[in-house]
Amino acid sequence: MSLQVVTANRLDDGLVVFLTADGGWSENIHDSRVADGKEAAAVLLKEASAPELDVVIVGPYLIDVEQGDGGLVPTKYREVLRTKGPSVREDLGYQAV
Amino acid sequence: MYRYDDFDRQLVQERTEQFREQVKRRLAGDITEEQFRPLRLMNGVYLQLHAYMLRVAVPYGTLRADQLRELGGIARKYDKGYGHFTTRQNIQYNWPKLDEIPDALLDLANVEMHAIQTSGNCIRNTTTDQYAGAAADEIEDPRPYCELIRQWSTFHPEFTYLPRKFKIAVTGSPNDRAAVKVHDIGLRMHQNDAGETGFEVIVGGGLGRTPFVGKTVRDFIGKNDLFSYLEAILRVYNRFGRRDNKYKARIKILVHEEGVEEIQRLVEEEWAQIKDGSLRIGDDEIAQYIEQFAPPAFEPLSDDDADFERHKAENRGFSNWVRSNVIEHKQPGYAIASVSLKPIGGIPGDATDVQMELVADLSEKYSFSDVRVTHEQNLVLPHVKKADLFALWTELDKANLGTANLGYVTDIIACPGLDYCALATARSIPLSQRISERFGDLDRQHDIGELKIKISGCINACGHHHVGHIGILGLDKRGKEFYQITLGGDASENASIGKIVGAGFSEAEVVDAIESLVTKYIDIRDAGERFIDTYRRVGTDPFKEVLYGDR
Repeated sequence: MSLQVVTANRLDDGLVVFLTADGGWSENIHDSRVADGKEAAAVLLKEASAPELDVVIVGPYLIDVEQGDGGLVPTKYREVLRTKGPSVREDLGYQAV
Repeated sequence: MYRYDDFDRQLVQERTEQFREQVKRRLAGDITEEQFRPLRLMNGVYLQLHAYMLRVAVPYGTLRADQLRELGGIARKYDKGYGHFTTRQNIQYNWPKLDEIPDALLDLANVEMHAIQTSGNCIRNTTTDQYAGAAADEIEDPRPYCELIRQWSTFHPEFTYLPRKFKIAVTGSPNDRAAVKVHDIGLRMHQNDAGETGFEVIVGGGLGRTPFVGKTVRDFIGKNDLFSYLEAILRVYNRFGRRDNKYKARIKILVHEEGVEEIQRLVEEEWAQIKDGSLRIGDDEIAQYIEQFAPPAFEPLSDDDADFERHKAENRGFSNWVRSNVIEHKQPGYAIASVSLKPIGGIPGDATDVQMELVADLSEKYSFSDVRVTHEQNLVLPHVKKADLFALWTELDKANLGTANLGYVTDIIACPGLDYCALATARSIPLSQRISERFGDLDRQHDIGELKIKISGCINACGHHHVGHIGILGLDKRGKEFYQITLGGDASENASIGKIVGAGFSEAEVVDAIESLVTKYIDIRDAGERFIDTYRRVGTDPFKEVLYGDR
């Protein structure tokens, strides 16, 4: 089973966001809509790539995630950093909130 | 220092207003991201891992006090209270909002700054020796020529869509502090047999995934002919440089594939046609630009200052700082003072808004409002009276800017790496912090002597790892950070590309590996040898053995 979510950067402030169940965009990966399997992932990415979203987000793409104890966690460290902020500045990014 | 004329001012302001309109249209949905991306990049706006990044040009690394103060102000107003000085003598902000960037650019324009030539396949911001106009060993201040290169290259209509980006560096000193041999064009000022001052022209150097030391295409070009000669090189590159493969598009590949003799032939052929045209710069015009960079009003002083010597004798912290961070000035009674942006365990090249404002204030007080940014990610106050050094250091030290480590093992170049950069494959900064902490003891740093460690978080080599005495390249190996070590690189006039020493190391192992290399060097060095000297004498094997044993 491979779980995936769609992430992007928000157009106006550039911050990391995730596609949610209601078709919106959240700063919190835990709000993501999860696709289980290739086909579901393709549907998710297609939705996120709709032309009308070009004024909302930039560069949507799929990332692999796992269901951890505290919720969804990206499998790649790059994406973990995007959910938190720079590892060298824990006072910045989402981790600071 | 150079001040904008009406033309410069109009150019930058119009560009700022154009970008404001482009941002407005993008946010309104009138243009797509695909259409907007090249426009934002031409204005220094990248989209990175966490947010947008704005890269601001610091032409040839020279700043006035009011400009540095504004950079601090921008960090506070539009970012999160800090900026990052880069290996191209620029500054990057990591968190600006797209809709606020036009305002930041307007604030920059008001102090004669901009973000032009910090991205895109154009001639990028020219870099030079951070000690220009102050160094005792320089032939002539290179900045008038850098400024002329800036004016020639900015929005050059023929060279706005080159096969790839193009970087020019200039040194006016035989001791190259600008890494000119690893640039697309490196210019080394020297005198010919007739006693005229001009430039050796070096082409095709570069780092990235295919590193090369540049090759000389002309031993000497006179100042008057420099710009037509540069134009000829760029024309040859623009015509013959590869556009089929991004990774083979830099001029270094063209020089490598065609051979320097062929490039030389093509350049000379092109130059013969244009050398007597409008790009031939007259002596009068050169003199005007030299005048723009005239030395400040130095006082006639003795080179011996009793108070300076007394403070050194009485204060160990100060004498340590002088030992590493202060070098000889061409003017008696003055010195060049480097401000380290590498506190032990800190983030290389980062400065807070308050620190930038403080250095701006101190430059007004002690250095004729002149500040430099170095490609090694430090700042410089180039013209400080020896008598003022103690007061300067005292104020710097209070602001965590008095670290005495220039050129030592903790003066590490590190790119932003995976902590910020969308291209990175591994983190650079935490590794630099751990190495800095490991070697933080100053007596130990003194014992080790000059040792340049440079860390890149991906093969693009923004951290110059290929030319580190010890270079570290961060890679991704099956989802884990993994670090490859190179030895024997050198960015100076004796430039060389480091050699990969063997298999890479995990994040947990790599600092120990670096320490074992340093320990080995100390064991086998001859008196007076730096790490690089010992490496050149003994080669890779003794170091390989200490890292891998029989493996």
